Amino acid sequence: MTAVTTHPAPPPQAGRRRVLRAIAAGACVALARPAEPAREHLELALRETFGQRPIRPGKVRLELPKLAESGNVVPVTISVESPMTERDHVKSIYLFAEKNPLPRILEVHIGPHNGRAQVASRVRLSTSQWVTAVAVLSDDSVWSAAREIEVTVSSCG
Amino acid sequence: MSRLGRGRVRVPERAAKGEIVEIRAMVEHPMESGFRVDNMGRTIPRHIVESFTCTYGGSEVFRVRLHPAVSTNPYFVFYVVATMTAELVFTWTDDQGGTATEKAVLAVH
Repeated sequence: MTAVTTHPAPPPQAGRRRVLRAIAAGACVALARPAEPAREHLELALRETFGQRPIRPGKVRLELPKLAESGNVVPVTISVESPMTERDHVKSIYLFAEKNPLPRILEVHIGPHNGRAQVASRVRLSTSQWVTAVAVLSDDSVWSAAREIEVTVSSCG
Repeated sequence: MSRLGRGRVRVPERAAKGEIVEIRAMVEHPMESGFRVDNMGRTIPRHIVESFTCTYGGSEVFRVRLHPAVSTNPYFVFYVVATMTAELVFTWTDDQGGTATEKAVLAVH
């Protein structure tokens, strides 16, 4: 390799970095993953978090725009159908993005003192993809909802 | 030395006993994901808020673990049942040991 680098000792990914440098400052190192591995990537994160417990669709409502011009600040609201009593409440809420470089986005711990099982935030999405919200209830059952979103300009989440 | 920006919170001044109140909390922070490169092609090191907690009258009522995909200036909206006049304490902690704290009193009648 006859690379001219400005580094005294070029890192192993110097070639790739040079390409990225040519693109622009602030470009992403890890770009979106292709469709099939993305599913496995998500599946792995889900299994690591929830073990072999079945994840059933239902109870969870995930609100996010159908189309986001920028993936840098995507508003998201997750709510779960629950009476939020001592005996029957939501313990935790998780959000995953299958094509982000890291599928985990956030993990929220709540309880009966919250009264309402709802949380809103703003997140980064690296590309158009499926976003999955998962809730764990006080009986340890696991519920989920997924929505597809189209992202025009990617983020580096 | 790492320092978090200022936290900002919105808590109703008063509420009826048993009312579910909405809480909004935001902290100024770059949430540098560790996936970006600078104009020299060097990876910009990760620098993120890792944890956000809210206590009410000394008990934890809300806790978040954040990953790099939470946007710059992390913002959360959540709910708490107003049970007593007490202080809400909001704490953010980042991966360089930086912290920020905000407090607000909720008066319950």
